[in-house]
Amino acid sequence: MPSRRAALGFLAASVALPQHVFAQPLSYDLRPVPVLPGIWMIEGATEYFSMQNGGAIVNCALLQGETGLILIDSGSSRRYGEALNTAIRKLDLRGVSAVVNTHHHPDHFFGNQVFADKPILALGQTGALARAEGDSFSDNMYRLLGDWMRGTEPVAPNTVLDPGEVMIDGRSFTALGLSGHTAADLALIDAETGLLITGDLAFLDRAPTTPHADLAQWQTSLDALVAIGAPAILPGHGPLDRTGASLTQTRDYLIWLNETLTKAAQNGQSMVEIMDVALPAEFAGMGAQPQEFYRSVSHLYSGIERAVLPRAN
Amino acid sequence: MLRSTLASLAIVLAGPAIAADTPHVQLTDPYDSGMWDYHQIKLLGDPDDIRFDDRIKVRAPEAAEDAFNVPVLVDATALEDVEEIVVSVDYGPIPHILTYRPGDALPKIGLRFKIDQATAIRASVRTKSDRWHVGGTWIDAAGGGCTAPAQAYASDDWEEKLGEIHGRLWAASGRARLIVDHPMDTGLADGIPVFIIRNLDLSDDDGHKLASIELREPVNEDPAFTLFFDPATMPPLIHVAGRDNNGNEIEATLMAGEAN
Repeated sequence: MPSRRAALGFLAASVALPQHVFAQPLSYDLRPVPVLPGIWMIEGATEYFSMQNGGAIVNCALLQGETGLILIDSGSSRRYGEALNTAIRKLDLRGVSAVVNTHHHPDHFFGNQVFADKPILALGQTGALARAEGDSFSDNMYRLLGDWMRGTEPVAPNTVLDPGEVMIDGRSFTALGLSGHTAADLALIDAETGLLITGDLAFLDRAPTTPHADLAQWQTSLDALVAIGAPAILPGHGPLDRTGASLTQTRDYLIWLNETLTKAAQNGQSMVEIMDVALPAEFAGMGAQPQEFYRSVSHLYSGIERAVLPRAN
Repeated sequence: MLRSTLASLAIVLAGPAIAADTPHVQLTDPYDSGMWDYHQIKLLGDPDDIRFDDRIKVRAPEAAEDAFNVPVLVDATALEDVEEIVVSVDYGPIPHILTYRPGDALPKIGLRFKIDQATAIRASVRTKSDRWHVGGTWIDAAGGGCTAPAQAYASDDWEEKLGEIHGRLWAASGRARLIVDHPMDTGLADGIPVFIIRNLDLSDDDGHKLASIELREPVNEDPAFTLFFDPATMPPLIHVAGRDNNGNEIEATLMAGEAN
């Protein structure tokens, strides 16, 4: 006959098991991977925002500065910023010394809240856009990510970064003020290693996103980035690129997108009909397809067909 | 005696209450939205002959990327003798989006509308024999599209572009597409009164009416339509005439030919 203690223990175990399963708190598993001397990358999932990934879809870069680590892009939520802070303190006890936001999309700046007492640098227009659109982004992010977003408030960058040669926490960069993915896209070249950090001007094996895109401007910016001939490229989404594939793939996809939508407008198609288009094999395998193609039809088609269709009065 | 009187009184009292929110024909809503009965009575006039019908195709993205411009394609070409197509949402401050009377055109229309929240969208199709056939789909949305001011007011020249139409015909595929510049203000944004196009009528060069669209507030800003004809009978040019609720007239002529 089992003892009373054993019986109680068994009872406790049977109760504790489901509790353990259901009470698991949401947490990000952020792992900085060394990519070059003094530089780490946290690679995001090549997916769209979901309750499963908690919005951890963006690439963050960490570069060794004089007084701590320089963080490029801060992720999608307050909780993400906190997880970054924890991961970063394992690399440098002093933590983050400065933050840079490449542009104003929420997955790139919603972790700022955790670093609000540090310099948070961005192009001037990025700051203005983050202030203007942060709240509506926030509404949508809470809808998409639910409890992952708890306590998150959009915190816009607090310091204007002007293009040119810049020093951030004792580390030299060339800051490029570009546009096309949004109205203000920052790319950074690290002077010491030559690493090119593109923000969302470049994607690799993940479909480019277009909610604020100007396709012609974007191509001009990609030309400028190709001309740099960087030995390594850290794209906004997707793996580290040592061949330049992120730039050519992004360029090819945007050209295909523009041609597909233009042809549809010339044939009088409505948006729903365009969404029947089968993606070419080279683009169908990108992360977040075909959802991003559908989103791009919504973003871009009205403008393209207005330019294509003749005046009728 | 008293008991039976009370019972019959209860029946009399309950009678009107049931009639007010129970349609003549009770359907099983495939989207189980909880609102369809209400729209069946208020929007369609509680018809005696109505059914959900898979042949009515309503296609839209699963999630609305842009709450101001949700694309929808309604196709009732599986039915003969379609008189009118009522497009509506179950949830939204103004459920009725538009009514299309295809006339000589095919009962098929591409449109965009402003969405206020996740909702079922329906196409209720009435045939000449007064039978209603209802199709639909579900759209997820962040919403807010109906209660925001028109984006046109962000630019200074919206008034000059008012009523401008871009569009053309495609003879081989029997298509007509047109985009009409208009703010389509719903009246739900603070301090901005309703300002919408009421109707767009299509006719051939002899003045014979081909088809007409009756627009309501949820149609998108700068309404954009694809209409479909039998290529064999589509006229070589189509006149568009319409009017907004401020009396502005809208006129254009769609022709086949090269796009810009």
